[in-house]
Amino acid sequence: MENDIFVLVEHLRGEVSEITYVMLAAARDLAAETDARVVAVLLGQGAEKLANDFAADVVLYADHEALKGFISDAYLQVLENILQDHSPRIAIFGDTSIGADIAGCLSVKLGSPLVSGCRSFTMEDGKPKFISQIYGGKIMAKGEVPSPTCLVTMIPGGYKPESGKSTSSPEINSITFPEPTGLRVSLNQYVEPEITDVDISKEPVLVAIGRGIGREDNIELAEELADALGGVLCASRPVVDQGWLSTSRMVGKSGKSVKPSIYLAMGISGAPEHVEGMSDSELIIAVNTDPAAPIFDVAQYGAEIDLLDLLPVLTEKIEAAKGG
Amino acid sequence: MDIFVPVKLVPDLVEELEIDNSGTSLDRTFLRLMLNEFDEHAIQEAILLKNRIGGQVIVIAPDYDGVDDVLYTAVARGVDRVIKLNGDFEGDVNSHALARIIAAKLKKFDPDLVLTGVQAHDSLDGPVGALLSAELGIPYVGYVSKVRMSEGKCTVSKEYPGGLMAEMEVVLPAILGIQAAEEPPGYIAISKIRQAMKGATIEELDSDELNCSGGVTPSRMYQPEVGEKATMIDGEEDAIAERIVEVLKERGIF
Repeated sequence: MENDIFVLVEHLRGEVSEITYVMLAAARDLAAETDARVVAVLLGQGAEKLANDFAADVVLYADHEALKGFISDAYLQVLENILQDHSPRIAIFGDTSIGADIAGCLSVKLGSPLVSGCRSFTMEDGKPKFISQIYGGKIMAKGEVPSPTCLVTMIPGGYKPESGKSTSSPEINSITFPEPTGLRVSLNQYVEPEITDVDISKEPVLVAIGRGIGREDNIELAEELADALGGVLCASRPVVDQGWLSTSRMVGKSGKSVKPSIYLAMGISGAPEHVEGMSDSELIIAVNTDPAAPIFDVAQYGAEIDLLDLLPVLTEKIEAAKGG
Repeated sequence: MDIFVPVKLVPDLVEELEIDNSGTSLDRTFLRLMLNEFDEHAIQEAILLKNRIGGQVIVIAPDYDGVDDVLYTAVARGVDRVIKLNGDFEGDVNSHALARIIAAKLKKFDPDLVLTGVQAHDSLDGPVGALLSAELGIPYVGYVSKVRMSEGKCTVSKEYPGGLMAEMEVVLPAILGIQAAEEPPGYIAISKIRQAMKGATIEELDSDELNCSGGVTPSRMYQPEVGEKATMIDGEEDAIAERIVEVLKERGIF
């Protein structure tokens, strides 16, 4: 039906990802104003039960061995078919390692426009509008969602995942579809993250370092602060990419999500991919030389100063306060 | 093995970003452009691959303001050929348009492997890699941080949240969206870049007219209104440190 809002369910190894519920919440919100149906599209093998708590009016379920894990080639073939048959008003994907792999390809194949980085929707004059985040979160772009069909990739933050859940299970339609053939992508295996002695997601106090740390030698200063606080060091992506800290210490979209009591963000700009992983921290104190750094939008306290100047002084004062 | 790396330049986020008078676009007057960070990783991963298996790395970039420096730096890093696409790239050039003109050129080269950055922060219509894959009719895997080649295919590590990886196999020809190179791009001495400027030639190709359909034009661009911005602590390091200690005490950390 032309008004429908489709949501591609993202799941990995038997677990539905949080972005799926954010997308369902967005779809519900839009549907409330239009009379549209929220249709969850679930691809997998033996995966129907995953749909039990979806806040959707109906679930289109495609079951096949080739859909067991996420394989872009297989998903593309099945989704192209489904979207051509149904022509929804909006088809929502996650702006993730799953959704972003396929939304663009579908945009070209179907000739439907694509909007990426969408944080929320709004209805104005009876027309749906997108609000997307670009330039590392520094700029928002708002516009009409083109008709008749538009693909959208969504980022978290605009809706609570809880609003995408329901206590009553939606109707599940097992659909028929042409079997995926000629697949050029296959999944060998999953590789778990390395298990180290520190699980940052369990630590109440985190000292997080970003690009502002400058050089590997400077990390020692941050370590001293973490020690003084009885906390643990973690980092944003650039520091881990340099090989200065292990992947297990990475906070953000591709790393871990953390909710500590205290999060000290040192020399971290606050790009959306990082903030996604730490915005629920109870107390966030941010230090950055750039007063316009997006981290200050999520922190409760901030200081415009070079972390290298602040670190030794802060460590000293904390040791003094503790030592008494 | 010829490895093609299409790259783009994006506004440097270190600079203040201003919206133009129309309110629908960035003010490009004082905008500084830099190589898209993820494309830099794609170049690096291509060079690492080439060093292991032999072949050539060919970087292709639209003629943005400042692109020559970027291309010479790529040569200094070990890229074998650099190609500039002539055309007007002053205004808003979306991913769909870029994918079309790059695809038109790549079709002539018939590449085995294309590496490109998994995303770019200025895009409102998704990453170029996925669009390029549909234009060329070859498979795409994004969020890749490791590539190994074997006969007729490549094995890649695809990243998922929480540090989870999926080892995927992709039949060639293929496009990979690079999240991070196995070893990060290092510092390149200015002397090496100058050497590249003397020795290397930037090939030029004419590109087709830009077709932006598939992307969207925003009706409004603005800086995000923030609910509650952080309470900023003034002063020098002593005053700031003292206030932070106070705040932490209030929260019962001591």
